[in-house]
Amino acid sequence: MKILQILSENFIYFLIVVEEGFVGLHAVLVLEDGSVFRGKGFGAVGEAIGEVVFTTGMVGYCESLTDPSYRGQILCFTYPLIGNYGVPSYSHVDYYKLPLFFESHQIHVTGVIVHEACKTPSHWASVKSFPEWLEEEGIPGIEGIDTRMLVQKLREHGVMMGILSVSEEEVNEAELYRKLCKAEKYSARRFVEEVSPKEPVFHEIEDSRGTVVVLDCGVKLSIVRCLLKRKFSVVRVPYYYQLHDIMEFKPCGIVVSNGPGNPVLYEETVSTIRDIIDEKLPILGICLGNQLIALALGASTFKLKYGHRGLNKPCVDLTTGKSYVTSQNHGYAVDAKSLKGTGLKVWFINADDKTIEGLRHEKLPVISVQFHPEASPGPLDTAWVFDLFAEMVVKYGVSK
Amino acid sequence: MEFPSKVLLLGSGAIKIAEAAEFDYSGSQAIKALKEEGIKVVLVNPNIATIQTDPRLADKVYLLPVRSFFVEKVIEKERPDGILLGFGGQAALNCGVELYKRGVLAKYDVKVLGTPIEAIERASNRELFRKTMIEAGLPVPPSRAVSSLEEALEAAEELGYPLIMRVAYNLGGRGSSILFSEKDLRERVPKGLAQSMIRQVLLEKYLGKWKEIEYEVVRDCKGNVVVPVCLENVDPMGVHTGDSIVVGPSQTISNREYYAMREASIKAAGAVGIIGECNIQFALSPISEDFYVIEMNPRMSRSSALASKASGYPLAYIAAKLALGYTLPELINTVTGATTAAFEPSLDYVVVKIPRWDFSKFSKVDRRLCTQMKSVGEVMAIGRCFEEALQKAIRMLDIGKIGLVCNDEDKYTDPRELLERLKERDDEWIFLAARALELGVPVDVISEVTGVDRWFIYKIKNIVEMKKKLLKARGLSERELRELIREAKRLGFSDKQIAKCLGCSESEVRKFRKRLGVVPVVKKIDTLAAEWPAKANYLYVTYGGCVDDVDFGERSKVIVLGSSTFRIGVSVEFDWATVNAVWALRKHGVKEVIVVNCNPETVSTDWDIADKLYFEEVTLERVLDIYEKEKPHGVVVSMGGQTPNNIALKLYKNGVSVLGTSPVNIDEAEDRSKFSKILAELKIKQPPWIEASDLEQVLEFARKVGYPVVVRPSYVIGGAAMKTCYSEKELIKYLNEAAKISPEHPVVVSKFIEGAAEVEVDAVSDGEKVLVGAVIEHIEPAGVHSGDATMVIPPVTLSREAYTKILDYTLKICRRLKVRGPINIQFLVKNGEVYVIEANVRASRSMPFVSKSVSVNLAEEAVKVMLGNKLEIEGDIAVAKPKYYAVKYPQFSWMQLTGADPQLDVNMRSTGEVAARGRSLYEAFIKAWLASEPSKYPVKKVLIYSEDTATKELAKIVPPKIKVYLVDRNEGAFSKALVLLKRREVDVAIILGNGDKAYLLKRAAADYNVPLILHRDTAKMLLISLKLCKLH
Repeated sequence: MKILQILSENFIYFLIVVEEGFVGLHAVLVLEDGSVFRGKGFGAVGEAIGEVVFTTGMVGYCESLTDPSYRGQILCFTYPLIGNYGVPSYSHVDYYKLPLFFESHQIHVTGVIVHEACKTPSHWASVKSFPEWLEEEGIPGIEGIDTRMLVQKLREHGVMMGILSVSEEEVNEAELYRKLCKAEKYSARRFVEEVSPKEPVFHEIEDSRGTVVVLDCGVKLSIVRCLLKRKFSVVRVPYYYQLHDIMEFKPCGIVVSNGPGNPVLYEETVSTIRDIIDEKLPILGICLGNQLIALALGASTFKLKYGHRGLNKPCVDLTTGKSYVTSQNHGYAVDAKSLKGTGLKVWFINADDKTIEGLRHEKLPVISVQFHPEASPGPLDTAWVFDLFAEMVVKYGVSK
Repeated sequence: MEFPSKVLLLGSGAIKIAEAAEFDYSGSQAIKALKEEGIKVVLVNPNIATIQTDPRLADKVYLLPVRSFFVEKVIEKERPDGILLGFGGQAALNCGVELYKRGVLAKYDVKVLGTPIEAIERASNRELFRKTMIEAGLPVPPSRAVSSLEEALEAAEELGYPLIMRVAYNLGGRGSSILFSEKDLRERVPKGLAQSMIRQVLLEKYLGKWKEIEYEVVRDCKGNVVVPVCLENVDPMGVHTGDSIVVGPSQTISNREYYAMREASIKAAGAVGIIGECNIQFALSPISEDFYVIEMNPRMSRSSALASKASGYPLAYIAAKLALGYTLPELINTVTGATTAAFEPSLDYVVVKIPRWDFSKFSKVDRRLCTQMKSVGEVMAIGRCFEEALQKAIRMLDIGKIGLVCNDEDKYTDPRELLERLKERDDEWIFLAARALELGVPVDVISEVTGVDRWFIYKIKNIVEMKKKLLKARGLSERELRELIREAKRLGFSDKQIAKCLGCSESEVRKFRKRLGVVPVVKKIDTLAAEWPAKANYLYVTYGGCVDDVDFGERSKVIVLGSSTFRIGVSVEFDWATVNAVWALRKHGVKEVIVVNCNPETVSTDWDIADKLYFEEVTLERVLDIYEKEKPHGVVVSMGGQTPNNIALKLYKNGVSVLGTSPVNIDEAEDRSKFSKILAELKIKQPPWIEASDLEQVLEFARKVGYPVVVRPSYVIGGAAMKTCYSEKELIKYLNEAAKISPEHPVVVSKFIEGAAEVEVDAVSDGEKVLVGAVIEHIEPAGVHSGDATMVIPPVTLSREAYTKILDYTLKICRRLKVRGPINIQFLVKNGEVYVIEANVRASRSMPFVSKSVSVNLAEEAVKVMLGNKLEIEGDIAVAKPKYYAVKYPQFSWMQLTGADPQLDVNMRSTGEVAARGRSLYEAFIKAWLASEPSKYPVKKVLIYSEDTATKELAKIVPPKIKVYLVDRNEGAFSKALVLLKRREVDVAIILGNGDKAYLLKRAAADYNVPLILHRDTAKMLLISLKLCKLH
């Protein structure tokens, strides 16, 4: 049988031999190419299907797992020890009532892959361990596998779909592989629908300079925080809102947020963005937002082989020649060749693979970045992008 | 871009505690970065044992003291366009500031490259730094800079005790300490003021158990910044980072904390105006997100060397490029060869650094760890989990421990006693913590007592728990045992540890697990966590993986074993030999040279020196692991000093092909009893000796030959455990200690010949012929360890007959031991008789000194022989001809070792060395002496104290212009002498003797940074040299 051929011995990797006498949870990760990783389970018992991706960030697992952009993905941490400083409480909030250590109020990844999950964390803010947190939120995790080898595989092959199973009994790997083959591909699914709010969400502040509407495709709360800090009230609206819905809030500027999945699947959002641009409202795109703005102006996007996920990504501002270390999480990028005639100019490029990391419109108040200026997790070097947006709002977008 | 055409680089001088080989590494990287641009490099560094002083690196090397007086002469002669100050530690920085202040740089139009002088001052002057930080909006601990005791008392009133005192313009925490009361303050502030170049100390709120976090910042002239590495100290604030166990990346701090301090680092580097590299230390509260900026090193430091090795980011190389005016995005990440240098490495492994202390060599020394650095070396281990890295690092220390547990911890049975010692925190704290956990003390208690974050204590506990499981492993099925061993290996247990628990031998464990497939894999350090393929072969071995990262291929390969940790007796000399061996192997046809070493301070662990670098333990188990994977042509064991030498025989017995002298012959030289027999067989004189296994035999022998006698166990280094006994009582007391140290080997006792001259030979032999690099004479007589003696090339008092005899003996020994490689032989000469005391069939401490003094690279000659070539010399034995006098002078670190008794005897205590050349012996001597710290020139006042007649004898030869204070045993004179020393009113203190008064005087000189001479013959040499040589 084909499946059994694919799941040949050569493809099986393990560090911990899970057989008779084994105490704990069994865990197996099966990839699209038939490789099987056997390890120990932690977190919740269950199965998860998703695109297997990796992040090279060494801190910030709370922020990453709750980042809605990871929806539909199984996340592998390249740093081997995860959970060291435990997990704080969602109710630990800042001045704006936003959680200090999380980017949303739930874990969005479907599964977690680590070399070693820390069961004995130590930090003053921690209220539970990493495995406990995953268990509470129903997310399965696998540990004790050679994550470096997995990353090399993804690097060479490109990201793949995978299925992760954590159970109390031994797992039927062939059965898992069959399920994986039948599963919907990551790039075909509209994950934004799952993370975008159903109703507008209001973040009001006193002495506000105006309202910024966030076209919420799965926004990280730190983006909201960065806007609030710059004295804008924020309204997060569903991804399918149209221009007239948005104008009801009298925005002085628009942010198109980050979010999960393939940008070409969200035509309604792209169309709204086109209307906003025509209205000459100042607009800032972040991550998925960057791609959607590019699509709105006629450019195209493509899928990166294994994406950019990490906190150490070098970007160069082509207008100044300065370089910045940025936080990134994206699997798609804007195609530089498609920019002709869109009015968009490359603003930032990735210093390593030279892909587009930011765009600016030649005439209109449109700026967008592929990286995360709000950081969280990651370096705060590019927080000035929000200042630039604020200036643009003051210049163009007096509250209407 | 316009580059300078000639650049002057300042080195760091002799190795001392807190200023060690890391500056050889950073300086060598800087030279490489400059030479790539076609810039001529002139180097000033008197440390002859370094790689950077090799003709291969800089275009011109001046073996001169790194003092503005000498550097000015070099500038005058060489007329460089630029000068680099950030690669030679604090010595280079201080010298640069002085050159600037004296107007030398302006006069000769020398541009300071990289961080400008004003910025150096902003970072180095504590008050200015504080002000700069406050202006930049960064938090600093409440503190005040003071310049007098009165001001200090006032400040203490305001800030409250406990306080931490830091000395301005200094390093290695030298002179800094914690003041718990006014009494402490009155005692220590005056010392601190004396040690400061600008007579200033800073009194600061003491941040007891706060975490200590360090960031390395790289900033270019356009203001682009990256923060490549963050290291976390396992020991909290209050323990000097050089004495802390350090882990990378940070483990216990959250994203918010990490990036808040990173942000502060960037602001701080900008506010100071760094161009190049700096290191910033933070104190982070263990119960909130509060932090303080503590200090900044505006230069390459020990931490930055460690950070480079920990992350693969070549900080020094990049810093040198930035100093030339490059910007970060213009530079390439040399590990991948494809990505940019404007990034921050992502690690997918854990590194642990542990310092190595050598307290046992010093009597009366205070072993407690504090704000003053006391360690003499360090190791770095890499693993996929903390436990693995920690246990590897412990083995790398080469202190006889086979891991964190399974050593000799059973001797502690009382948890209360352990907790008492943990409170005091000495160099053994981590072993005591492990034992306390084993005895049931809770994690929280240990964390509370030590101030170490619970996360680390939990990890220690995991190791302790594994030991318990292994002890109960009897009766497990083969499969269960296999899985237990697999997990133990993942936690860094050595086969020896497992064997000890299971009650079998190391080789049985190895066989068992290999049969069942429990073997380690080789992983790469690539700076990007496998996201990009790496060009460099920077490797480690781990049980935390199932696939090798490298292709082992079939090429002609040779493995060179490095020195492992530096310690007293093993220092940068052995790194010089290792690196030169690598170069020579490649030059002579070896396709792939592989280095195994674990010392982050060294050049040999720079991943672009060899074709492959295994940053690994130099232990039997690990070398076999690598050997079995790589299948090389052979292994070089003779270049890294005692550590690789000690495993030579075991490697050989395990079927490893050892290049050069056969390990059987090495053993014949190392085992003193076997060696003595060989000497007898060759009819070579040696002091009468006996090999004894019980006390009665020894006593009988001593009575027969008469006291004093020298007692030594087999396999010694740095004179450890060696002692001259002058009486039966002393002998009996000592023998109990020695027996404990090395039970496998019997004790050898020999007659100590008093007043004999000591002579050494450094040579290379092919088993037939011998090439002698030099015959070296010691200024001090036998009885002073050769590492602490002043060495002279060529010999000055040796008779022709003795010289001929020495060469004859050398040839005989080389032939008898079938030496194929380097050898060092030590001789005694008295009344025309020549005695052999020992032979080391390996590279010696003096090999670089000899090689550079006579311009014959002994390491390369040795490698040629090891590869099967014959020596190309006429006759049986040839001696290289020196063109001038060369003197090697020891560097001690008395000041750092609080309380230690400065003395010279058969135990080595110096931490480094310097050398100089001259047309006369005296010129060479005075330059060498001046190159050692804290010597100064001109010498105007000398203090002399001795317990015998030496005072008068020496007084007679003091040059007329020098004022002499003769101190006799009279109480008044003694007190006056103490005051003179504390006020630093003498330029040299000659203090001879081992009595209580001598001790107090020696300590005063050490504590107040007064140059100290401990031997009559050294004193004579100095006084005559001062008389005969004038430095212009």
